[in-house]
Amino acid sequence: MTEERVPDVRSTRFRMVDYALIAMMILPILACVVLKVLFTPQSEGVAIAGALVFWKNTAELTPMTFYISESQVNTWAVMISIFGLCLYLTHGLTAKAVCKRQLVAEWIVEKSEKLVKDNMGGFFAQWGPFITAIMGLSAFSSLICLVGLFSPTGDVNVTFGWAILVFFLIMYFKFRGGFWKYFIGLFKPIPVFAPMNLIGEFATPVSMAFRHYGNILSGAVIAALIGSALTGLSKSLLGWLPGVFSDMPLLRVGLPAVLSVYFDVFSGVMQAFIFAMLTMLNIAGGVPWEDWNARRVKHNKPALTND
Amino acid sequence: MLELAMGIMLGLLGLGAGCAMIAGIGPGIGEGNAVAKACEAIGRQPECKSDVTSTMIMGCAIAETTGLYGLIVAILLIFVAPGTFTGILKDAIK
Repeated sequence: MTEERVPDVRSTRFRMVDYALIAMMILPILACVVLKVLFTPQSEGVAIAGALVFWKNTAELTPMTFYISESQVNTWAVMISIFGLCLYLTHGLTAKAVCKRQLVAEWIVEKSEKLVKDNMGGFFAQWGPFITAIMGLSAFSSLICLVGLFSPTGDVNVTFGWAILVFFLIMYFKFRGGFWKYFIGLFKPIPVFAPMNLIGEFATPVSMAFRHYGNILSGAVIAALIGSALTGLSKSLLGWLPGVFSDMPLLRVGLPAVLSVYFDVFSGVMQAFIFAMLTMLNIAGGVPWEDWNARRVKHNKPALTND
Repeated sequence: MLELAMGIMLGLLGLGAGCAMIAGIGPGIGEGNAVAKACEAIGRQPECKSDVTSTMIMGCAIAETTGLYGLIVAILLIFVAPGTFTGILKDAIK
């Protein structure tokens, strides 16, 4: 039994590592803002456009054209930021919590494990990190529009990528009962339902992707429309003001921020929660326990339970 | 000729986008019903408030899906379809 090494929270080294981790959280976002400012073309008025394309593979080496767009770069930045946040929260982890941030980290871990265990059952109790990763990436990707960047979740390719990942997981667990059993299951209750069952299988990822994308995109479009409307209104109403005030869209102060609380913050966090929730329910709900256990017993393996 | 065709096309695309958003009525009614029932349930059993609320928000989000499909169709019609159809029209009239 060795004495636990308690980190000295006031030492210079500890603080330097802290500052480095905070920089790791903030710098990628700042870099994305700089990239956006450099690449945004000069334009007048409001523009409702998709993600900026930073780089395009124009060489004829590959069969298809690759794009490095704003949504990808922002996703990378969010990933690095979340990684930095995780490292920061777990820095100086001890049995006796000497840092307040350890309580936050413990709260997150406990909540996510409880959520996963309640919704997926005991067999999937180890899936907490995966579900929390999906939820965190989704929530922070949506919230990144608060600093003026393009939300990666407002791009259908990003949400479709996540939905396809979830679709593979669902299919993996559905095939655990044997491929033939799954195939027969498509023709139940009567063979006429086979096309509808097949469409139902593929509708799950499509609806997940479109739900997330549609919510975030509608918020962005409404914000852009209201911004342009208020600009026009303040030009016609406050154009008589002297000097530079006549050019300033003064009416844009305030109201867009209030709407942003719903459309960006609430909607973004809500959709992250719903995406994670649907992931859990779809994966755990599609497992054919009886068929799987029958196969396991046949191969002399112990039967599984989901308690 | 091309101008007339473009005008008709853009007008019809706008009309189509407006018609697609009729899909917003359904989720509105559905979510209203869901919230009303949730309020009734909380009134009957106030101790279940957190469970009922989370289930209701979940259900609302899923009921929203059909409306969002309409929204995506409308957005495609406004922002994506004109670019596609303009090329087709130019080829056809030339």
